[in-house]
Amino acid sequence: MTTNKQLITIKGTRDGLTLNIDDSCSFTAILEELDQVLSTQYIDDDSPMITVNIRLGHRYLHNEQEQILRDLIRKKNKLVVQSIESDVILKQDALQWKEENEVKVITKMIRSGQSIEITGDVLLVGDVNPGGKLTATGNIFVLGHLRGIAHAGSFGNRNAVVAASYMQPMQLRIADYISRSPDYESSGVYMECGFIDEKAEKIIIDRLQILTQKRPELNGFERRILNG
Amino acid sequence: MGEAIVITSGKGGVGKTTTTANIGTALALNDKKVCLMDTDIGLRNLDVIMGLENRIIYDIIDVAQERCKLKQALIKDKRFDCLYLLPAAQTSDKSDLTPEAMVQMITELKQEFDYILIDCPAGIEQGYKNAVAGADKAVVVTTPEKSSVRDADRIIGLLEKEDIEPPHLVINRIRNHMMQNGDMLAIDEIVQILSIELLGIIADDDEVIKASNHGEPVALQPNTKASIAYRNISRRILGESVPLVSLEDEKGILAKVKKFFGMRS
Repeated sequence: MTTNKQLITIKGTRDGLTLNIDDSCSFTAILEELDQVLSTQYIDDDSPMITVNIRLGHRYLHNEQEQILRDLIRKKNKLVVQSIESDVILKQDALQWKEENEVKVITKMIRSGQSIEITGDVLLVGDVNPGGKLTATGNIFVLGHLRGIAHAGSFGNRNAVVAASYMQPMQLRIADYISRSPDYESSGVYMECGFIDEKAEKIIIDRLQILTQKRPELNGFERRILNG
Repeated sequence: MGEAIVITSGKGGVGKTTTTANIGTALALNDKKVCLMDTDIGLRNLDVIMGLENRIIYDIIDVAQERCKLKQALIKDKRFDCLYLLPAAQTSDKSDLTPEAMVQMITELKQEFDYILIDCPAGIEQGYKNAVAGADKAVVVTTPEKSSVRDADRIIGLLEKEDIEPPHLVINRIRNHMMQNGDMLAIDEIVQILSIELLGIIADDDEVIKASNHGEPVALQPNTKASIAYRNISRRILGESVPLVSLEDEKGILAKVKKFFGMRS
């Protein structure tokens, strides 16, 4: 509140302080003003830690700049940075996000000895034959017979699911869990899905319809966009 | 211009060589000019089944390494004037043959013959690569056993990468009573897993072994189950549409097969 044009506005909310930082000035200008603004704030020694949420608007900060900002605020008494939010992200991050969240459609028979790895979700129109393997970092949906190995959430996403029109897998893997087919001869089942049951700590195979209850987040992309 | 068809299976012992010999013989019965090519270097069998073992002078390696002309190595069949065999070498190694040499030989043979049947060795290594190199079409032989269906699946996967038409399937050594009891994979189950066109089914027949031991392909016999099946396959290769043959006392299977064909056509 010392300069003519205010670069930083501070709002107190129930969750702590919100710093709205102007996105048209230079980074050093912010640092200077922030230093002044926070120094002028009166802080009671007995008050608890105050969390700070920073809103950057259309400004992108790379990691070093973020760290400088965090360090500066941490030096002030009783202030701790909870989050730094920006309306913009790097193109690279956006592409990666798209890659990870897109449902990729593959039309192919995955035969014995063949292995396909996908980043993100995959919709396979075709079969996975015994000895074939389909791996995805996201969910796996098979429009066809799943007779081979399917590995969903291969980077550790335990919420990933495997769904198939016809489920008779040799092995079902989700994140770090593995389940295999029984040793006795068994026929497959139609329209089923596999997911990790946290209580039972194993992969459960059940009717497709159960997914609505177990994995409601599968609905739509909007939620995922908001969650980043 | 002729057509080169490779007969392969991945797994050994499912009847590639027998199938090659019999389809070749059956095509010759239809007055087609046929050349059988044995690419199983080191383990040649096709000449034995054809009963031409004693006539071999030059072999496929001699041709590839230009020790003789292609025509010198071709052996004329003792029964048909239009059937020839290019035998494999017994003393060389599979690496002595290259895909390039195969392509060259097949291109030359295509000028003269209507059909060139290539008998592929078991496995998916060099021998397989040689055999597939010059082929236009492929026939995959399997038996109603899990292991051979698995290998057939693998081979089909590899064939899809090659520049040839989608392969066709021959199911060999079908034992009716076992299939009916569910001790063997059913035909429609195999076709469903492999999801390629079915070219023919051949019953397990003692006559096949007997005929092979005499060096007389079974397809020459008038009316054994296997000979009819092989002749039907050759007719299908020639473009006729022949229904799958009745294999006696097995109405159940046949009905299923017919149903399957009804669904497809």
